[in-house]
Amino acid sequence: MSQATETTTAVQEQKKDAWFSPKNRKLITDPIGDNNPITIQILGLCSALAVTTQLKPAIIMAIGVTIVTAFANLIISAMRNTIPNRIRMIVQLVVIAALVVIVDQLLRAFVYDVSKKLSVFIGLIITNCIVMGRLEAFAMANKPWPSFLDGIGNGLGYGAILVIIALLRESLGSGTILGYQIIPQAFYTAGYVNNGLMVTPAASMFIIAIIIWIQRSRNPKLVDIS
Amino acid sequence: MPNTNSNSYTFIYASVMTLVVAVALAAAATGLKPIQQQAIDFDKKRSIISAVHRLEDKKEILKEYSENVKEIVVDAQGNEVQGVKAFDINMKAENKKNPADRKLPVYIYTGAEGKKYIIPMHGAGLWDEIWGYIAIDDDMNTIEGTYFDHKGETPGLGAEITSPWFQDQFHDKKLSEGDQFKLHILKGRHEEKDKFYEVDGISGATITGTGVNNMLEKSFSNYKAYFAKLRTAGGNAGTGAATPTTPADTTATSTPQNAAGNKSGK
Repeated sequence: MSQATETTTAVQEQKKDAWFSPKNRKLITDPIGDNNPITIQILGLCSALAVTTQLKPAIIMAIGVTIVTAFANLIISAMRNTIPNRIRMIVQLVVIAALVVIVDQLLRAFVYDVSKKLSVFIGLIITNCIVMGRLEAFAMANKPWPSFLDGIGNGLGYGAILVIIALLRESLGSGTILGYQIIPQAFYTAGYVNNGLMVTPAASMFIIAIIIWIQRSRNPKLVDIS
Repeated sequence: MPNTNSNSYTFIYASVMTLVVAVALAAAATGLKPIQQQAIDFDKKRSIISAVHRLEDKKEILKEYSENVKEIVVDAQGNEVQGVKAFDINMKAENKKNPADRKLPVYIYTGAEGKKYIIPMHGAGLWDEIWGYIAIDDDMNTIEGTYFDHKGETPGLGAEITSPWFQDQFHDKKLSEGDQFKLHILKGRHEEKDKFYEVDGISGATITGTGVNNMLEKSFSNYKAYFAKLRTAGGNAGTGAATPTTPADTTATSTPQNAAGNKSGK
């Protein structure tokens, strides 16, 4: 009996292309490395500057963007054949905005504390170029499941860069990580001073530029793409 | 599949989508409203209590609030107003009114250390609104504690006004000298003679600091008449603390009785 069910599911999977086939896995891993939305596509820089003074808001923003990108991709992909071409951007924007507002309302009702700290960032997700970029570039032309994976991948790729920037900025700028002191008091008494530049938005521009530089010089595939 | 590029299809599509999204959002907003209101009310109670002491447990906060906090409303002349619920007053709206027409809530907290008068504040930071509560001892001048919150100040800079290290600095500081508001947030060195009036600012958040300062001053001017009234009417701590001045100034006017009444120990 169990053997029979196993074979039927196996057959179904073969027919449909497996859920996590190598092709689908690549949808997640690609945006984290070689096709990173921030360092390669240069999208979503605005929020990369705004929320990276500390690690905690950066992590939360990354989670928020991942969820919104994934579900907006899923919904738009499911609707893609019905959307009138001339108003497709507006339709995409409405879906993103509706998702973001609903998430914000839910947070406000059930975790008011978190919502108070995040409401600014939640609003920022609507304007994040990555979300709309992925809808336009991927979800409009692909099936829902790959689109969903693509959304998760891009969210994670965005998050990875955000976390790297925030780690550097918080540790060098405030001497803390997630609020915990990491630079011992002895350093300060010996004359060490926190780098004031790191808490200003300009610092993340430098850091992003350095990350892009390192990534492109180490990866020959990327050398001539722009 | 109809022609997705025709005008009529586009119009119908847009209308239907707008309707569906509008209904979904309206349903979400109204459906969640009671739960949100509850969360907001609780947050306000927690904020008020936080000006006196910080509690984490939800039940404890609600118990503390219902048992020890008395809500009253006063007007600009310092007289108590009946028939208005202090908890429902929105300080932002009150501050927009003519000063003489403002209804001002006072939350009187009675704890082990006596009465603390908690008054609300509302002002502007760098990006958006800031607000808070300040608890004052019954000399109507010494600060017991503060609580600040904000809508959109920069994380790591202006948003630090919500952190305990900043709020704790206000403990035992004094609001005013006589009728003159004197407390201020500053950066750099403090002067010893003004140490009761100076609070260390946050580097990188000068404008938020100025906002907090203005908010404190506005709040003080709102309640000035009420404070003066309490000072003159005040029983035990009354006269001594009524002229809260630096030691150098008090020598001229103070009597031994005054000095004894001034329990804040300057």
